[in-house]
Amino acid sequence: MPTTMPSSVIEAPALEPSSDNHMVLNMGPQHPSTHGVLRLVLEIDGEVVVRIYPEIGYLHTGIEKTCEAKFYQQVVPLTDRIDYLSPMANNLCYCLAVEKLLALEIPEKAQWIRVLLTELTRLNSHLVWLGTHAMDIGALTVFLYTFREREEIQRLFEAVSGQRMMTSYFRIGGLSMEPPLDYFDRIQAFIKTFPEKIDEYSNLLTGNPIFANRLKGVGYLSAADAVALGVTGPPLRASGVDIDLRRDMPYSSYEKFQFQVPTSTVGDTWARYEVRLIEMRESVKIIQQALDGMPEGPVKADAPKIILPDREKMKTQMEALIHHFKIVTEGFAVPAGEVYQAIESPRGQMGYYVVSDGTAKPYRVHMRNPSFATLQAIETMCKGRLLADLVAVIGSIDIVLGEIDR
Amino acid sequence: MIDSPSLFGKAAVLGGLPQHPAVRAILGWNPEALTDAKFDRNELTLTIAPNEIRAACSTIQAAGYNFFEDLTAVDWYPASPRFQLSYHILSHGYKERIRLAAMVDEADPAVESITTVWPAANFYEREVFDLFGIRFEGHPNLRRIMMPDEWTGHPLRKDYPVEGYR
Repeated sequence: MPTTMPSSVIEAPALEPSSDNHMVLNMGPQHPSTHGVLRLVLEIDGEVVVRIYPEIGYLHTGIEKTCEAKFYQQVVPLTDRIDYLSPMANNLCYCLAVEKLLALEIPEKAQWIRVLLTELTRLNSHLVWLGTHAMDIGALTVFLYTFREREEIQRLFEAVSGQRMMTSYFRIGGLSMEPPLDYFDRIQAFIKTFPEKIDEYSNLLTGNPIFANRLKGVGYLSAADAVALGVTGPPLRASGVDIDLRRDMPYSSYEKFQFQVPTSTVGDTWARYEVRLIEMRESVKIIQQALDGMPEGPVKADAPKIILPDREKMKTQMEALIHHFKIVTEGFAVPAGEVYQAIESPRGQMGYYVVSDGTAKPYRVHMRNPSFATLQAIETMCKGRLLADLVAVIGSIDIVLGEIDR
Repeated sequence: MIDSPSLFGKAAVLGGLPQHPAVRAILGWNPEALTDAKFDRNELTLTIAPNEIRAACSTIQAAGYNFFEDLTAVDWYPASPRFQLSYHILSHGYKERIRLAAMVDEADPAVESITTVWPAANFYEREVFDLFGIRFEGHPNLRRIMMPDEWTGHPLRKDYPVEGYR
């Protein structure tokens, strides 16, 4: 299928109105419905949007440059901070990329726990999306409901990693440590009641005529435009392109799990809402399968020169102490080469491009973040529509400015 | 997915993966433009002459690699040619990804923009322009995207200090 050109391509900013009847308006960077510090330069004709120019970079912290000055293992905490709503997805993608460079096999149990926790991350991220999206539309109640469940997920993250948001739990070569003893029971208890909670959100929103009218038919994106503009994840699937890397190019044992990939052919804001709601239900199924079939065994690969030894071994074994000292002070050398590892993050296809020159520090780390590409489609979705629809569309593409600007 | 041992060099890849759709498409279009190739860690990299990169993207797009995923650069300072552009292209049909690379010289680094092939490259080319200083001819809006407009220098170049100039 040859790519057709979308109806609009982002050109120069609309600093001067193109007609006397038009007005140039700045939306953001400090605006509650832009989900961070997104600045949109709008040219409007009354209430109709004529042009949108996204101005980004307000959160640029140079993480890619910082990575080049760190050891491989020191980059893991930086990846949390790119997308603060799905830290585990970023951890996973980076670790998989470096493990591919090292040709390191990860124990099955570690892979399954990674799947389990990235799916919890997806729930976490979708809950924030749902709460804030509904709040943008004016349905304030849902936010309190979704954050109630999100709080429980964050407690689960804290139990396993010691941190609520910046987890850094996945390490190169496995996990940082075994999960606590009753951990899987706690997840089981959470998962057991969660589908009812999704029904609860659905009851509040799906039948709500105000919510439906604000979303249905708004922000239409055709399948061809979505592909041409690099849109991935739920917005792509809501436009009718059936691509999910968990199923189509599996990583970290995803091929062993059964789940459906929800799609819709409608392509509007409502379709994106429905696709994400079903995705949450499917994530619950994946978590249940991971709990039921959790393999036994270690959670770290057998690679003492790459993975920090257990605390106990350091006190009793000389080699463990030496390895610990060497890893912390000198890092570990990674064979020269370049890899690109992509995963399906809550927001779409996330990719880490890691280039090694054979030393202990990455020569280049580049993140392909889904929000960055998805933001390019905003003009195509909102051109000729009302300004109020723009708020619904920004909510529905679920952008995180931290990962756009890095 | 093809699972084969690593292959380095144009001749090895052409010999080892003669049926690969991307390899066939590039050979059918212009074998001279393919300057180097490798198949390493199950990832195929085709190095294209920099002045042919837009045409190469059109060719592999027609061959079924329909989705532009990522574009970035690597600064191999002080080697020459200095910059490597890496295009990651995904095929929704083959469920497979290839990497197109182009080596660009340090003096006046510029290649043709691929925004006419994939509009999705718009932000990515701006990012490479901003952080590496490589120009993309024919880009509709080649302005800095991360750094302020009045910034001097290109932060991701290797001769730019990590802590910046103070």
